[in-house]
Amino acid sequence: MIKLQVNSKSYSVDASPQMPLLWVLRDMLGLTGTKFGCGMAQCGACTVHLNGEAVRSCVTPVARAANQQVTTIEGLSTDLTHPLQKAWLAEDVLQCGYCQSGQLMSAAVLLRENPNPTDDDIDKAMSGNICRCGTYPRVRKAIHLAAQMQKEGGKL
Amino acid sequence: MQQAIYTVVIVAALSVAAASIKPVNEPLAALPANAHEDNLMEKLNVNAAENSALRDSLASASAFLEVYKVLMSPRCMNCHPKGDQPLQGDDNHLHVMDVQRGEDGKGMYALKCANCHQPQNVPGANMPPGNPNWHLPPADMPMVFEGKSPRELAIQLKDPKQNGHKTMQQLIHHVSKDSLVLWGWNPGEGRTLPPLKHAEFVKQFKAWVATGAVAPAE
Repeated sequence: MIKLQVNSKSYSVDASPQMPLLWVLRDMLGLTGTKFGCGMAQCGACTVHLNGEAVRSCVTPVARAANQQVTTIEGLSTDLTHPLQKAWLAEDVLQCGYCQSGQLMSAAVLLRENPNPTDDDIDKAMSGNICRCGTYPRVRKAIHLAAQMQKEGGKL
Repeated sequence: MQQAIYTVVIVAALSVAAASIKPVNEPLAALPANAHEDNLMEKLNVNAAENSALRDSLASASAFLEVYKVLMSPRCMNCHPKGDQPLQGDDNHLHVMDVQRGEDGKGMYALKCANCHQPQNVPGANMPPGNPNWHLPPADMPMVFEGKSPRELAIQLKDPKQNGHKTMQQLIHHVSKDSLVLWGWNPGEGRTLPPLKHAEFVKQFKAWVATGAVAPAE
């Protein structure tokens, strides 16, 4: 059994140590907000936080997450009050939405490490998250808005 | 009359010549019997030392040229780029996703190296290669390999201000034992190996250092 902390809850899973964390999250824990995209760390759709870092869960063996803290899109906030969630809704970022949980999890790391990012900072942080609908301009706009909300007291 | 003048000139010339030779011969005559031989041996030894130094210098440069082949192979050079973006593949293309070095060499924001690169290679073609300490050199000491000539790279490697503050012995340890260096010979599916086996690479590196770590001429 492998023990995990996911979104502040404790789990024990009977999984092969080499099973991708994404499979555990989706198929064993039912946390389907995180998406399978390419399966080879190329697209960013499967991004979750492992001890606060935006890892690609499709290539992360669950053994690496044993006894560590995992946060998925379901854990970013429980009531859609995270500045990024509010900004995403305000800017109507989504089109098909498939990549967006990964986009949000990457953006959350950016705002934690750089509360006032420039366009260039955003591009550097987000260029690993592919959006086939091409929502990049709205992603960038929403991150600026979230940064502004964060400065004005929104929580991160 | 003319013949008499020639005779005087020839005698005078011979006298001057004899006088000029004498100071050389006299001290030798005053030395012990075997001194002449010792002096010659000393001269020969100097020549032998010079020859030995020359041989070492040539051997050192030659060893480094072998080392250089490995350092410039994609498995080494891709993480020693001239810019702030790592390289990928045998064609040394810029790392996709616009991945950046970052201050500590471990990437930036949501694109840190360890976000995709696991402690070990992920099985399968084109999957992320892995190591527990996957990184580039830090921004304040980028240790660039890309675009360097053998001479430039040798000089850089010897300079602690450019080589990560390492002594030559620490460099030998680094190329012999560092797991990220060793990864180059276990790079995962679909990646070519460096042109020398690791043991031969270390042997040539040690030979380079032992013979004076000479930087090859341009």
